[in-house]
Amino acid sequence: MSTITKADVEYVAGLAQLQLDDDAKERLTHEMATILNYMDKLNELDTENVEPMMHAMAMTNVFREDVVEPSLPRDKALEGAPSHDGEFFLVPKILETDNV
Amino acid sequence: MEYEAVIGMEVHVQMNTRSKVFCGCSTNFHAPPNTNVCPVCLGMPGAMPVLNREMVTKSTMAGLALNCTISRWSKQDRKNYFYPDQAKNYQISQYDLPLCHDGNLEIEVNGVKKDIGITRAHMEEDTARNTHTIGGGQSGVDFNRAGMPLLEIVTEPDITSSDEAFAYLTSLKQILAYLNVSDCNMEEGSLRAEANISVRPKGQKEFGTKTEVKNVASFSGTAKAIEYEIKRQIKVLNDGGEIIQETRGWDADKNRTFSQRQKESAHDYRYFPEPDLVPVVMDDAWEQSLKDSLPELPAARRARLEDSTGLSPYDVQVLTATKAMADYFETVMDQGADAKQAANWIMGDLQKLLSAADQDIMDAKVSAVDLADLLALIEDGTISGKIAKEVLEAMFETGDAPKKIVEDKGLVQITDTGAIDAVVEEILANNPTQVEQYKGGNEKVIGFFVGQVMKATQGKANPKIVNEALRAALNA
Repeated sequence: MSTITKADVEYVAGLAQLQLDDDAKERLTHEMATILNYMDKLNELDTENVEPMMHAMAMTNVFREDVVEPSLPRDKALEGAPSHDGEFFLVPKILETDNV
Repeated sequence: MEYEAVIGMEVHVQMNTRSKVFCGCSTNFHAPPNTNVCPVCLGMPGAMPVLNREMVTKSTMAGLALNCTISRWSKQDRKNYFYPDQAKNYQISQYDLPLCHDGNLEIEVNGVKKDIGITRAHMEEDTARNTHTIGGGQSGVDFNRAGMPLLEIVTEPDITSSDEAFAYLTSLKQILAYLNVSDCNMEEGSLRAEANISVRPKGQKEFGTKTEVKNVASFSGTAKAIEYEIKRQIKVLNDGGEIIQETRGWDADKNRTFSQRQKESAHDYRYFPEPDLVPVVMDDAWEQSLKDSLPELPAARRARLEDSTGLSPYDVQVLTATKAMADYFETVMDQGADAKQAANWIMGDLQKLLSAADQDIMDAKVSAVDLADLLALIEDGTISGKIAKEVLEAMFETGDAPKKIVEDKGLVQITDTGAIDAVVEEILANNPTQVEQYKGGNEKVIGFFVGQVMKATQGKANPKIVNEALRAALNA
């Protein structure tokens, strides 16, 4: 039996940048536990001699050749952005470095 | 207490493919912001990445040169995080099945050789570049860099000093440049080194807490940052403090590392297989064909040339610093030039001209064959070594063949003893004082006479014949 705590839900929500109210946390705690318990069923199978599946499609080695193709015109590239200055996409200022 | 440092390096190498790793956008570094972008590298929903075959080729070559095992199966994974350096909220990388793993690179510090283990080398896409000079409480994002092809090369914690770290980085760069898999251009960020550094009491098995130093612009800067960080950590421990696991930047002006604010949450990237890309399967035949395409690597080339030329290890090291230089040197030798002569001219006069013109040997107008011809002209007595310097300068300027320059400028050495005797006679007649000095036992005056004869012949007289003629005349 997998158990999921409210703290687990809050952690995952944090990683996904989701803000949940208490009701949602409560509900998700229950739902995620149900999903994981369902997954646990798979663990009952003996997979000793089964190769791990790496991909849903039975295809390998799909490549493109190293050829430059036309890019988007810049105004097209920027046009859907919430904010841009004609050159750059604009985002709220990133504070990356602080001297200590 | 005595401490020892434990260092591991992570180097991101930008591979020099023409197009990005998962789309056809150009990898040109100098394009204006957001002009080499498309739905794939902008992370638009529904856009499908397709792996660049050349990226696999070049990455495998790098792995082979680092004595790595090449995975028969490898796959791409999504590394999930939120940050404005990418729009799709994951970076495509390789997690548990990297393309290359378990290799090593031999370095040499003060004559001592040592293997640095290579844990893995995996392919990934670069992220967008953030610029913070926009103002107005905003940062700009340039997606030209997003999707640039990167190979991340990770070492074992085998490095124990800043000198070893520097040797590792320079050897790695040399190999990558020999392979021509990366431009290795530091200014353009095509090689970016990060160091994980910790210290521990000598003899202790467990590692100490590590810090990560990144965003250093040069290898020497990285070495200095490592040196500083080792001292800082030892001091903190000696003062009874604790090392905090963190990322530290390097302040090149103040020569110190500084703490960088961490992203809010702990790193939990929740890697999972990238469903939009299928696995890469490398069979023996493919690997062998790439192995066959590898050039002779720097270490092997050094060993061979030391053996075959008898030049000093130092000379050979200089001559094999780049593949272009080594190819040039060997072409000169292949034309029949003496190894020592070829080495002296390349490392001396030619290198001086190249440095002064800020040129690479690849761009020099003096071809290796022409340099060999020049050396042959000295060898057969057509011109003197002194005149040859002048000819080389002209070759460097014009790209003309040495024979043409010698003929055009009338620089052919005067070996006609009759002509030289006549000049000698005249010089002696005009300088009776010096003749007396010589006859009085001051043999050094001969240098003065040689100089005068050379001047009178514009340096074209054969010095050996001049010497003989002078002594004959003076002793007569």
